[in-house]
Amino acid sequence: MTARQKQLLYVGAALLVVMSWTFYAADGPQTTAVLAGTVRAATLLALGAMCGMIGERSGVVNIGIEGQFLLSAFAAFTIASMTGSLFLGTVAGIGMGLIMGWMLAAMAVGLKVDQIIAGTVLNIAALGLTSFFYDRSRSLGMGKYTNIDLGPLAEIPLVGTVFFSRPPLTYLTMVLLVVVHIALFRSVWGMRTRAIGEHPGAADTVGIDVLKLRYFNVTIAGGLAGLGGSYLALEAVGTFSRAMSGGRGFLALAVMIFGRRTPFGAYAAALFFGFTTALQNQFQLNNTFDIPPQFVGMLPFVVTIIVVALSGLIGSMRDPAALGQVYEKG
Amino acid sequence: MSEVLLAARNVTKQFPGVLANDDISAQLRPGRILALLGENGAGKSTLVNILFGMYRPDSGEVVIKDEIVDLHGPDDAISRGIGMVHQHFQLVPPMRVVENIVLGAEPSKRGLVDLAEARSRVVELSQRYGLEIDPDALVEDLPVGMQQRVEILKALYREADVLILDEPTGVLTPQEADHLLGVLRELTATGLGIVFITHKLREVLAIADDIVVLRNGRVVGETTPAETNESGLAEMMVGRSVVLRVEKSAAQPADVVLAVDELEVNDDRGHLAVDGLSFEVRAGEVLGIAGVEGNGQRELVEAVTGLRHPLSGTMRINGEEVTNGSARDISKKGVAHIPEDREKHGVISVYSLAENSVLNRYHRSPFSLRGVLRRDVIDRHAEDVVEEFDVRTPSIAVAASSLSGGNKQKLIVGREFSDDIKLLIAAQPTRGIDIGAIEFIHRRILEQRDKGAAVLLVSAELDEILGLSDRIAVLYDGKLMDVLDAQDADRERVGLLMAGITQ
Repeated sequence: MTARQKQLLYVGAALLVVMSWTFYAADGPQTTAVLAGTVRAATLLALGAMCGMIGERSGVVNIGIEGQFLLSAFAAFTIASMTGSLFLGTVAGIGMGLIMGWMLAAMAVGLKVDQIIAGTVLNIAALGLTSFFYDRSRSLGMGKYTNIDLGPLAEIPLVGTVFFSRPPLTYLTMVLLVVVHIALFRSVWGMRTRAIGEHPGAADTVGIDVLKLRYFNVTIAGGLAGLGGSYLALEAVGTFSRAMSGGRGFLALAVMIFGRRTPFGAYAAALFFGFTTALQNQFQLNNTFDIPPQFVGMLPFVVTIIVVALSGLIGSMRDPAALGQVYEKG
Repeated sequence: MSEVLLAARNVTKQFPGVLANDDISAQLRPGRILALLGENGAGKSTLVNILFGMYRPDSGEVVIKDEIVDLHGPDDAISRGIGMVHQHFQLVPPMRVVENIVLGAEPSKRGLVDLAEARSRVVELSQRYGLEIDPDALVEDLPVGMQQRVEILKALYREADVLILDEPTGVLTPQEADHLLGVLRELTATGLGIVFITHKLREVLAIADDIVVLRNGRVVGETTPAETNESGLAEMMVGRSVVLRVEKSAAQPADVVLAVDELEVNDDRGHLAVDGLSFEVRAGEVLGIAGVEGNGQRELVEAVTGLRHPLSGTMRINGEEVTNGSARDISKKGVAHIPEDREKHGVISVYSLAENSVLNRYHRSPFSLRGVLRRDVIDRHAEDVVEEFDVRTPSIAVAASSLSGGNKQKLIVGREFSDDIKLLIAAQPTRGIDIGAIEFIHRRILEQRDKGAAVLLVSAELDEILGLSDRIAVLYDGKLMDVLDAQDADRERVGLLMAGITQ
């Protein structure tokens, strides 16, 4: 990041804080609702983006995040409603994410299927399976995850409600952001992961097993998307509905790119996209604009297109050099 | 200390259709430099890959430090002290020097890379061997010679007692290459053994203690620099006596054929690769463009042949402007092109040899009539090309992919030379082909010159430039450093210009 980009970032952040406080002063509940909605939407996007970035940093494109979200949400909801345990449901969601990550790895890394096709297979499979097995009569008798106040932090006006009075999976995601950041940029695993995404041949000649590491990474990354699915069904919404991932697996990829394939960058981008989502919800609730709701609902996606197009102009963003390529030994 | 650092004993390796290594034996002793000499396809790379554990031999043994070993992969070889510097550097460009050096053997604390420790080890290593380097520089920002140094340090960091270098001087200027040879010589003083793979005779004679010559997968000679000379080595490599320098008469330059003025061209990433070039090529002369690869040669050739649109400047052929002409417009003016990448731009691999022989004019009479190809005429033409240009093939119906590199190149030359040509643009015309074919193609290029064609020769092989050109232009960073008459040019002078140095 150049000094200039950093400057822009600080100015933007400062502006945001000032604006939030101004709005908060004018209309407290409304502002809190929008910002809380922002964090809610951002959590899912951040989990998807982390799943995507671990894959891409190792050289594997994952466009199956949408499907991973959906099938994991289904698994999490079904197990939770059967056992009556949100915790077991969450574990099931993560497990399903790992299985789907493993399936993607088996296709894209093991069988050397085109990565885009492999991801599409996941998306179609998830939509088909969940639609077929969906049981309308199921519900979460015990309700969804509820907010946990983090002691005195939750008492801070606005910030407390928005960040420190959240349900458990949101906190877990924030912890994971730090964990993934350290893992990617400080650990031996991360250094090797970045190497196989940039120049797998170089990694191979120093004795790193490229295919094994890609297999492992894509599978583990699936677990993050699986957690996203659990979050969607058990924390954000509290039920399962058909195609409930609603394109957010793809939006997560935009978030990942805009965040330069770093966890914190992705979270900042996720908050931004989450904000547009929350804003459009609020517009619809208040009937702010006298136009069909579908148009207001387009807001996050229109912003995505604009931002992704612009981000190409703002600074050069380089993909990992071996992204999307099958690695052949020798 | 071991008697034998590294050896192959009766190694045989069969690939589908090729016996790549046939009963090869060679050995390296401490403190010595073993040169493996051979043409492309002679089996050097296969042998080295076996010694480094990438392939397993079908029969025979690999010996490391007096011990017969069974290598299961490169990490096996690395842990036994074998270090390899690959022809194409195995470095991760956006990572730092220190990260590249320790990758795969990172000093760590509880799973986290200990960068401070890594950096101090790298600094210590670079001081011990006199290989200065900035450990925090990004590899992508380093010049090629420095990147090679990183590769060597990478091997030394892994405590290599043997360094294998695969064609290490291909990407260097002559001065950088000489410097590298000096560094290698110093390294052997510490007891390190070096295997040096090359096809350049001069280097072998300059550096090797022992020379093993390979041809068609077999050892055809073992010698030392004291016992032989360039032509002796060349004869061993090829199996018959060869002419290393093509005889040529003085050029008879006539009218200007190609005139390039203030040409600017971008590369694929949108960076300026050709920066305001102006030059002329006259009928009956060869203008050689010398330079280390990646200094704008590719973009220049693509612009001149109509494959890439220039940003600004003009190009004229026989006085007619062709600046934004298509490849076909330009070819119609009597321009022949031997492209740098024959697999990509020279032939269509899945097409037959006959179809490939008319790629530049299948659409014209007599090869097609009202839009329908005339197979009989095309086949007759192909037979002529095969005959006249000595393309070794079982038939003209086989796919171009089944030809060897040298034969593919002869096919391309045959196709391009069978019309009357005004301008020949030859880019790396002899890359990766055997000496016999090189000699043949060199003679044909000079023949075109003597028939009155203007020739623009672009090559990274300085010997080729010096041997064929009447005038030599040196390209550095997209600019012409100087244009020399052939009689004023020698390796030293051109080499300095290639490095961007003017006295």
